[in-house]
Parts: sequence; structure tokens; C-alpha cells
Amino acid sequence: MFSLVAFIPRAILQGMPLLFGCTGETISEKVGSLNLGIPGVMYVGAICGVIGAFIYEQSCGGNVVPIVAILIPFLACLAGSLLMGLLFAFLTVTLRANQNVTGLAMTTFGIGFGNFFGGSLMKLTGSAVPSIALSATSRSFRTSLPFADDCGAFGKIFLSYGFMTYLAVAIAIVTAFILTRTRIGLQLRAIGENPATADAAGIDVNKYKYFAICIGCMIAGLGGLFYVMDYANGVWSNDAFGDRGWLAIALVIFTLWKPNIAIFGSILFGGLYILNLFIPGAGMATKELYKMLPYLVTIIVLIITSMRRKREHQPPEALGLPYFREDR
Amino acid sequence: MKEKSKIKKEPLIKLSRREDIDRKHSWTFRALAIVAALIVDGIIIMVIVHMNPFDIYGTMFAGAFGTSRKVWITLKELSLLLLISIALTPAYKMKFWNLGGEGQVLMGAWATALCMLYLGNTLPGPLLLLVMFLAAVVVGAIWAMIPAVFKAKWGTNETLFTLMMNYVAIQLVAYFIIKWEVPKGSGHVGIINQATQSGWLPYIGTNSYPLIVGLVVLVTIGMHVYLKYSKHGYEISVVGESQRTATYVGISVDKVIIRTLILSGAICGFAGWLMVSGSDHTITTTIAGGMGFTGIMVSWLAQFNVIVMILCSLLIVFMGQGASEIATSFGLNEAFGDILTGIIIFFIIGVEFFINYKVHTRKSSGKEEA
Repeated sequence: MFSLVAFIPRAILQGMPLLFGCTGETISEKVGSLNLGIPGVMYVGAICGVIGAFIYEQSCGGNVVPIVAILIPFLACLAGSLLMGLLFAFLTVTLRANQNVTGLAMTTFGIGFGNFFGGSLMKLTGSAVPSIALSATSRSFRTSLPFADDCGAFGKIFLSYGFMTYLAVAIAIVTAFILTRTRIGLQLRAIGENPATADAAGIDVNKYKYFAICIGCMIAGLGGLFYVMDYANGVWSNDAFGDRGWLAIALVIFTLWKPNIAIFGSILFGGLYILNLFIPGAGMATKELYKMLPYLVTIIVLIITSMRRKREHQPPEALGLPYFREDR
Repeated sequence: MKEKSKIKKEPLIKLSRREDIDRKHSWTFRALAIVAALIVDGIIIMVIVHMNPFDIYGTMFAGAFGTSRKVWITLKELSLLLLISIALTPAYKMKFWNLGGEGQVLMGAWATALCMLYLGNTLPGPLLLLVMFLAAVVVGAIWAMIPAVFKAKWGTNETLFTLMMNYVAIQLVAYFIIKWEVPKGSGHVGIINQATQSGWLPYIGTNSYPLIVGLVVLVTIGMHVYLKYSKHGYEISVVGESQRTATYVGISVDKVIIRTLILSGAICGFAGWLMVSGSDHTITTTIAGGMGFTGIMVSWLAQFNVIVMILCSLLIVFMGQGASEIATSFGLNEAFGDILTGIIIFFIIGVEFFINYKVHTRKSSGKEEA
């Protein structure tokens, strides 16, 4: 039987890593930086959180203080993603390297980094545990409101999540607000449309680009952390995160660069990802075809927007292009 | 300190574009970048596995060239990576970002596997190989043609479109793998036609790797001639330089875009054929192994220069094979190679800046005056 009350929470859990990734990528793309390194950044964010949590759990031997157990991986994740962001910004903004190539190299590097440390962490730290299972940390991350269970279907659908789910939605809303309603957002968008004009208007193009790329990467990195700690119960397994990073980039296009729409978009994508589990009679093979749907709808959106040529639905004009003041 | 910052000064670092890029100069820079990257890689390996740097590269060398079998594996990997880079090159020369190499290779591999499964043991060997080849090339070409048509007609963003097509291809192949899996529930197709070797590229010695290398050499030469001496190659470079100029001199831009992408996709499909028929004899969703993406980096870094493309591919394959040797002997994860390769690529990407731009620092005398 198809049960909406069971389906929606699972779709939301699937969707939240995408929402983090999508919000981060949107901020980056709004200043004209097509960061194809986001899938790598999400891996790095996840594994940095895992390393932090792993060392903490090993060192305190079972007496895990929940707030510390949240803070350490959280900060480790932000730091790791920030470093990736700085790398991308340094190469593409300061050194004006090609964004596509830099991004792809970062994804190769990031996924390699995640899988390497994920697969070798036990060996490198000389610990005796057979696999990375951070159940104590994960429990802290998954703590939901105590009265959620008493609220029936409403509680199940809206209140049953760890804090990061609400954080994802909050970040998306705040980002949408900043991008469309504030001066900073206007300036960011101006850079993405035409950096030369923005520069002439007195906006510090490089500073804003650095800022947007780094913030974007940090938000995206949290998506990786959410996946490991909340969705996967603190169990790291190599390549389990899969192609969610690319799905996040697809979501940016699908939602036409609007993080507030991405909240629903991510849940929709998450739902499509697990739809097969809720449709009776769908075999293992058909499941793979369902997973294709998010990409197909993204392609369709991409085609339709390019055919309709509505200005507000287009990618930022200067997306993917480096900016050098003296080239004008 | 405060007073100093108030005075408007000449900026500390000033940049200008180098007008005349000296060839020798730029190659020295690139070589230095690679040496620097290898040193950084060496330090990382040292920290992680506590080996001295010479032993590290010795072990890596043994991993890539230690036995004649390893040499052939390295050569095969090198050829396949080179082939995919070659396939993507005409598109880049046209400034069309084909990020869909992975998907195009995979679809070629899929078409090959399809023919092997359904036509294997029914057609005579050479005919079957020909049918497989045609199927792979056509399917690869179609996969690349779809985004090209939309780009040509409506200006649909090709970077994002081709990227998405990869994952459509991966899911499609994942679907067929489950349809074809042997035994049921294993999630693997297994070696196709193991007993009869129907549809396998003929062996030279103990495998088909020499044949793969030979075919790739032919395609490489062909592409070099095509880009450099044919009318098509000229049109591609004009479209790449300026679409307006191309229109003005009477080149049909749409036609060139679609034609070039068909060629690009067809060669990717060809690579898929080589992988299934010549090397793996099975199909997995990861058969292209990220080469569709690595190929993009190789092609772009080499700036369409075939020799550089070979050297770049060799470096990347060497690091991959070498790192996996180190990883195996220390019980570490195979992904080690990706980290090392990533670092090298970052350095090569970074050094382009110093080739293309000149950095002027503020003169010390300027400081005094301020």
C-alpha cells in the first residue's frame, strides 16, 4: 500500500543532501562560477566530518557528549569544504583557470579523498574497529523534537527529523532572501550577469567571487555530512553517496537558480529516487529507470527554458567565464 | 601602520597578458609544475606510508612497468584514455564543452554488449565484430548528437546538457545490467561468451591489448590530419575562434556543431567498443572508469597538441597504476591514485596562469615615494 505518511519523510531525507548541494551551487553560479567540483566537495565535507567524529569517538571511549559530538564533525566538515572552496576560488578567480576543468579535477580529487580516507581510516589510525560506524555521533545528529511522536501524521511528516533538515531549509530560505531582496544579493547577481559592468559600478568582483564560492562550498559540504550522519546512521561506506552531487547540480537547473523552489525540488528529486520502493511490482531493474527521472526532467527543463528564452529563467549570463579587468 | 594604508598606492601585484608566448618558456613552466606536483605527491605518500621518496617512485614504476603484463596494461589504459581525449578534442577546439564523454563511451559499450549477447554465436566472427563496431559508433554518435542539435537550434547550454546525459546513460546501463545479470540477483553481467569468445577482439599473444594500442594509434594520426589539414578541421577552428566570423565567411555553424559532435561521440562509442570487446568482455556502469572526465582534462590541458596529450595521459595512467601498487602493498584504498592525480592536475591548471599572464611586482622605489 502506498502510504504518503511513510513516503514523505523518506523523500525529505533523500532530498536534504541535494538541497544543501543545490543551495551551495546556486550561490556559486550566481556569481558566474560553475563549480563542477561540488560532488567532490560534498565527499570531502562528509569525510572530514567522519574523521572528526571518528577521532572524537575513539578518544572518549563511549562517553560521548552530544553537543560536542555534533560540533566537532560540523566544524571539521565546514573546514574541509572551505579549503576546497578556497582551492577552486584560487584557481579560477585568482589564476583564471577554466572552471569546468578545475571543477572536474576537484570532483576526481574529492571523491578519491573521501574513498581513500573512508577505506583506510581504520588502518591509518591503527584502530581495531572493523568498519566506520559512528552510531553515537549519528544519534546526536538525529535527535528530533521529543514531542514529535505524539503529533501523529503531522509529527511524522514535519517534526521527525534531526536539526540538519531544518538547517537545510533555513539556509535555502535565507539564501533566496539574500539573493533577491538585499543589496549584497543584487551585487552578487550583477557579477554573475556581467562582471565588467559590476566592476565599473564599484563592486569588488574578486572579493565577492571568493566569498560566494567559499560559502557555497561550505553549504554543499554540509550536504555530505547530513548524508553520513543523519541518513546513513553514521556508517561510512565507499561510493555510497553515489551521484547525489551531480543530482544537486541538476537540481540547480531544475529550480531555475532559485533556492526557495529548491526546497520542494529537492523533496521531489528525493521522492523520485525512492519511488520504486513504494510502487508495488516494480522490479530491481525498473528501479534504475526511476533513478533516471530526475536527470530527464532536468534536461527537459533545460531545453524548455532555452526555447522560451524568458530572461529571468536563463542561467547567469557570465556563467563559466573568467574575468580579467584588462581584457575589456 | 594606519597612516600607511590611507595613502593610495600602486597595487602590490600587477598583471598583464603575455602577448607573445614563447614556446620554450611555456614548456619550462609546465615541466616545473609537474616536478613540483610530483614532490608534493611524494611528501603526501611519505606522510601516509612512511616510505622514502625514491622507494615510492621506484615502487610506482614497478607498479606500472614492472612486468611485461603490467607494461601492456599500462599501454592499454594509456591508449583508451588517449582515445577518449582525442574524441573530445574537436569539440573543444570548437569551444563546445562536451562533458558527456563518460556517457558516450558507456553507450558505445552498451551497444557492443547488446550485440555480443544477442548476436554472439550466430554470426561469423569478423561480421559480428563489424556489427558491434557499427552499433557502438552509431549509438555513441547519437548520444552526442542530441545535445548538439539542441545547442545548434536553440542554444541550450551544452555543458549542463552533456553532463546530465552521462547519468541518463549510467541509469540506462544499470537497468540493462540487471536485465542481463548472470546469475540472477548478482548485479553483474559476468564475462560475456566466455566459452566461445564470440565477439571478442582477436588475441595477439595473450590478450588483445596490442590490437587496441594499434587501433588507437591509427585514430590518433587520423584525427591529427583531420584537424590540421582538412577543410572540416579548418571550419572547426574558425567556429571556435568566432561564430560570427564563421557565419560571415559562409560556414554553417549549426552544421559544423552537429557534425563535429557526431564525430566526437562516434569515437567515444569506438572507445566503448574497445573496452567491451577488447579488454573487459563484460559491461558495468563504471566501465569507463571516469575516463570520460579525465579525458576532458587531458584534452584541455594539452591545448589540442597530440604529443602533449600522449604525455599527459601517460602521466595520469602512470600515477594511477603506481598509486594502486602502493595502496595494495600497504593495504590502503585504491582511491589513492585519484588524490595524487588530482594534485598533479591542480598544478598543471595553476601553471597556465603564469604562462598566459605576466606578474609585475611593485618596485621597491615606488614604496619609498608612497
